[in-house]
Amino acid sequence: MASMTMIQALNSALDNMMERDPNVLTFGEDVGYFGGVFKVTEHLQKKYGAKRCFDAPINENGIAGVAIGMAAYGLRPVIEIQFADYMYPAYDQLVSEAARLRYRSAGDFTAPLTVRMPYGGGIRGGQTHSQSPEALFTHVAGLKTVIPSTPYDAKGLLISCIEEDDPVIFMEPKRIYNGPFDGFHDRQVSPWSKHAASEVPEGYYKIPLGKANIVREGEAVTVLAYGTMVHVALAAAEEAGIDAEVIDLRTLVPVDNETIEASISKTGRCVIVHEATRTSGYGAELSAMIQERCFYKLEAPIQRVTGYDTPYPHSLEWEYFPTPPRIIKAMRRVMEA
Amino acid sequence: MDDMSSRKSNALDLHIPAPRARPGDKPDFSGWSFPEPGATPKPDIDESAVEMRDFAYGLIRVLDMEGNALGPWTPHISADDLRRGLKNMLLLRAYDERMHRAQRQGKTSFYMQSLGEEAISIAQAMALAPDDMCFPSYRQQGILIARGYPLVDMMHQIYSNARDPMKGRQLPVMYSSKKDGFFTISGNLATQVPQAVGWAMASAYSNDGRIAAAWLGEGSTAEGDFHAAMTFANVYRAPVIINVVNNQWAISSFQGIAGGENTTFAARAVGYGIPPLRVDGNDFLAVYAATQWAAERARANLGPTMIELFSYRAGPHSTSDDPSRYRPADEARQWPLGDPIERLRDHLVSLGEWSEEQHRAAQEEAIETVRAVGREAEKVGVLGPGAAHTRESMFEDVYKDMPWHLREQRDEQGEA
Repeated sequence: MASMTMIQALNSALDNMMERDPNVLTFGEDVGYFGGVFKVTEHLQKKYGAKRCFDAPINENGIAGVAIGMAAYGLRPVIEIQFADYMYPAYDQLVSEAARLRYRSAGDFTAPLTVRMPYGGGIRGGQTHSQSPEALFTHVAGLKTVIPSTPYDAKGLLISCIEEDDPVIFMEPKRIYNGPFDGFHDRQVSPWSKHAASEVPEGYYKIPLGKANIVREGEAVTVLAYGTMVHVALAAAEEAGIDAEVIDLRTLVPVDNETIEASISKTGRCVIVHEATRTSGYGAELSAMIQERCFYKLEAPIQRVTGYDTPYPHSLEWEYFPTPPRIIKAMRRVMEA
Repeated sequence: MDDMSSRKSNALDLHIPAPRARPGDKPDFSGWSFPEPGATPKPDIDESAVEMRDFAYGLIRVLDMEGNALGPWTPHISADDLRRGLKNMLLLRAYDERMHRAQRQGKTSFYMQSLGEEAISIAQAMALAPDDMCFPSYRQQGILIARGYPLVDMMHQIYSNARDPMKGRQLPVMYSSKKDGFFTISGNLATQVPQAVGWAMASAYSNDGRIAAAWLGEGSTAEGDFHAAMTFANVYRAPVIINVVNNQWAISSFQGIAGGENTTFAARAVGYGIPPLRVDGNDFLAVYAATQWAAERARANLGPTMIELFSYRAGPHSTSDDPSRYRPADEARQWPLGDPIERLRDHLVSLGEWSEEQHRAAQEEAIETVRAVGREAEKVGVLGPGAAHTRESMFEDVYKDMPWHLREQRDEQGEA
């Protein structure tokens, strides 16, 4: 076991999979010689050669389209979209093509590719380096969407994604690449090495897709979160002194309905937290699902704490970012009802 | 900004390209130049893209309009293979004709013929190896026919009946057959071109010997995917052939709207450093030879080739289209490069390997084959009320293993 940052854990996942399976290769903008702008692919080109880890032209739909062709051939490409915000040019390839090859060919062709993309705000990245477009993928039949919140999960989940026979969108919360972030932007960020979840085995292990993780047990209210927001929700629960159960969803599609239902049945209250804009966001799906399944267990209306329905503002990002005080307010509101 | 007085004396003006002839006009092809058959030299397969610039503006032709094969591009192809090519084109035309009619009779929702372009899919499929992977657009059904995919299975899909290999999920003409090297077709245009490049890159990565070929219409070259594909193909020297079928019409928009007014589509390759070939698409021998040249080049690890296949879409875009509303009614018949079937027939006749009688017999045989297969397929069923496939099957193949939410939706629907 070694203490790893999320970046190191992701690098280790790729390293393990490239070692195990010659069909695994990775490419994207600046991914090869430079090792990725966030260094997730560092040393891989040196170790596995330029044919297995290489730089791509600045053309996201080309990167996605080429990966689909490779996957259809029988390889397991892992592509990096440098920022999730740059995914839009690749969207047609992912939605109309990768997601549907299996269905439209009645199982004749498949596209087992993994699309990695750093997402989320809180890094002074402005409107084009801060977005959380997960709902654009969770709405698409044929895709799976995965978002880790710790180094340990990041590695185990990425390995599962690469082994999946269906296309997976793997979104990396870049705000917590180097250390967990609790949402108090004026506090010193502790490095991952101070946290148990940075203890990551060097070798191969998997965390199954579709299984959520109860990261804090509680009786009073269920807080549903993923990615960076898991840490912000945990900080909010501590700060508020509320006996909250915090669930890290890990996989958004297929979501772990059983864990969510069991928790809501116990607490009767729910707060959903995500960074993405609110309207038609993934929280809306969670909220509707809980309403359909747990209505008679609910003791208060479900609350959402999210980014606002505006483009991501550069200098006002701390006004935009869901912070512990906003989550605490929502928790108090559901506790009062 | 509508204030006319603000117009400058040197006012700019917007140009909207328009074809030379519209309904009621005489067809006018005077804008085109048609180099003589046999006049274009044949470069070595390792010729540099820079040296091949002129091929983007010329036109490789082998057959003259009397059926003689001329010049260095004349391929070595046996009379048996030529007859096979001709018979496949006749079969394709008969199949298209019957399926087009079936749509008119309400037996299917939609159909797209390849009338006038039969040489492209048939000759190219014959020039490729049987296990090369094709990433077709929706007018290359001839590839499946040339590769021996059962005609009856194609019809089952057209009719969305119980034996439809795509289980009633795909538009009728959007076939798929991995074992025949025929990639599943998308309705979103040009998306298959970067995929073909990726497949070719994967083949090279795996030290395989197979190459990929993609087809798109001249209209779709305006899509970003085409340019992405050209970039990646050139950068990584992918063993791929990118075929642009210039049939002049993208539904009702003439090729000038796609950017072909002042240049050729093959010329796009020049900027990417990819060798261009511009070929008479109605000349079976020229299409075969150009494809063979590009395939040899790819197999020799020399990278991609782009081929513009200059043709004319003689039929409507689809059964939902009426070309007489946007082009002269007799324009297709006036196309100076003629009909691909008649031209190959004339060639075989001139070789003494074919006769008018044999041709008529082969034509009738093709029609009879299609008729017999049609009866067989229709016996299984045609598109109609009460879909042939079970409701449960709708939920399969979305993912490898059905997740809980789809299982629930499937079961919920079953209760309704």
